[in-house]
Amino acid sequence: MPLRLLKYALSRKHPAPRFFRDCTEPKKSYDAVIIGGGGHGLAAAYYLAKDHGITNVAVLEKGYIGGGNTGRNTTIVRSNYLTPEGVNFYDASVKIYEGLSEELDINLFYSTRGHFTLAHTESALRTMRWRAEVNKHVGVDSYVVGPDEISKACPQLDISCSGKAPIVGALYHGPGSIARHDAVAWGYARGADSMGVEIFQNTEVTGLDIQSGKIKGVHTSRGYIATNKVLSAVAGFTPRITNMAGVDTPIVIHPLQACVSEPMKPWLDTILVSGSLHVYVSQSSRGELVMGSSLDPYEVHSTRSSLDFVEGLTSHMLDMFPFLSNVKIVRQWAGMADMTPDFSPIMGTTPVEGFYLDAGWGTWGFKATPISGKTMAATMANDQAPELIKPFRLSRFEDYDLTGEKGAASVGH
Amino acid sequence: MKLLTCPVNGTRPLSEFVFGGEMRNMPDPAQASDSAWAAYVYNRTGAPGLKKEWWFHSPSGTWFVAERNTLTDQVARTYLYGQEDKA
Ligand SMILES: Cc1cc2nc3c(=O)[nH]c(=O)nc-3n(C[C@H](O)[C@H](O)[C@H](O)COP(=O)(O)OP(=O)(O)OC[C@H]3O[C@@H](n4cnc5c(N)ncnc54)[C@H](O)[C@@H]3O)c2cc1C
Repeated sequence: MPLRLLKYALSRKHPAPRFFRDCTEPKKSYDAVIIGGGGHGLAAAYYLAKDHGITNVAVLEKGYIGGGNTGRNTTIVRSNYLTPEGVNFYDASVKIYEGLSEELDINLFYSTRGHFTLAHTESALRTMRWRAEVNKHVGVDSYVVGPDEISKACPQLDISCSGKAPIVGALYHGPGSIARHDAVAWGYARGADSMGVEIFQNTEVTGLDIQSGKIKGVHTSRGYIATNKVLSAVAGFTPRITNMAGVDTPIVIHPLQACVSEPMKPWLDTILVSGSLHVYVSQSSRGELVMGSSLDPYEVHSTRSSLDFVEGLTSHMLDMFPFLSNVKIVRQWAGMADMTPDFSPIMGTTPVEGFYLDAGWGTWGFKATPISGKTMAATMANDQAPELIKPFRLSRFEDYDLTGEKGAASVGH
Repeated sequence: MKLLTCPVNGTRPLSEFVFGGEMRNMPDPAQASDSAWAAYVYNRTGAPGLKKEWWFHSPSGTWFVAERNTLTDQVARTYLYGQEDKA
């Protein structure tokens, strides 16, 4: 890499390096079409090509790749969930992430920081113990710690939270990490493109062609494309696509907001989450504090941000870190979270043959990008979901067989 | 949306209200098939559009209905349950 950089600097021309071909003319048909050029859609394309040799694939993205929730999230990667099904699944993702910079030959700034979920009450601590036991059982590094250990890891934290909500303990999760989110999308895009996948930006799917319960093609802003396999990986736009397919789901859309402070010298090297104070924070490799909270309280299909959010969030941040009172917020934004009743995703086959769903990623799907790409590719190739994602099938609602992760995913994404 | 009109108390700041979700008609539990019942329990109209929703004005304890466009976040009208015609 340094040599390439040197050559580039010394050459007379400085063309912007392209990560993937600029495709604008889709073919008449593909073996598979993926709707949505976020991390999930691009990862599925990459693994379709790499694991299953299916390379005649088009990824259709209505905006630019990574411009959805992939480029809006606060990049926390962890596997300390509540159900054995969830822990197993997210753990498989963390393991892929750990080697992903190397595999995709792109620096994802994957940074393992350790993750504390703070408990301010006995009942919160009880959930932490429950999670720790489930995690240990599945083989994930996760245990309950006391205030002293938290203070040692983060001396700047006011353990009494300005006397309002003293911290009584935390769930500690060593593998908790952060990463550069857009690089994940770009890395998968380049990898998929190099194996033959075509990526179309500014290409919107406007309708699905379904005949006798089977998918036959998609209507797009660049014309009709025939195909027998379609994956919907559109996160906050899922209900619009499932509407086209006539598939009912429990998904509702709520905005989720986040913000960053001005950059500071590195002082926070762990990830901290407080469910009671509705805040979580980490410091990015650029020095900004990346902060977020829980969902906006009602359904809106929009990415507007609000003053209420920053006011509420910063007041709780000041309870935890009074010394930040002069630090400025420099940016805020929102994404559209596709929420499910049990805080688990919806993945796999649907009642429409050849139409596959990767959705219900709500506030927690960035960490799952690699494993969902891999398992959705397998689902598309074999027309059958692998064991790992069966607990997330759409039909679980009809069977009253939910995979409840609310206790592990409502504030700490 | 920063203000919402409670049919009883008039226009108030949004912070006084709680969202109660989409208004839905319950099928007859004695008649509905298991899958129709499960669909009622879990499935929602997730796509954007004009929807009837439950809202709660918490200082006065008033539940009412709002017709709101979930794409633009604009409220067309609000009324007490059963008083749609008067709104
Ligand atoms: C503020 C915020 C913080 C978050 N924090 C975390 C976190 O810390 N950790 C974590 O694990 N997760 C987090 N998440 C959740 C995570 O961001 C998402 O679950 C994940 O990025 C979803 O990825 P995706 O590829 O499925 O969707 P997206 O990245 O949203 O991609 C979907 C794409 O589909 C495109 N599309 C939509 N409709 C069409 C159409 N009709 N035709 C063509 N293209 C279409 C969109 O333009 C979009 O680019 C957070 C989310 C938000 C909003």
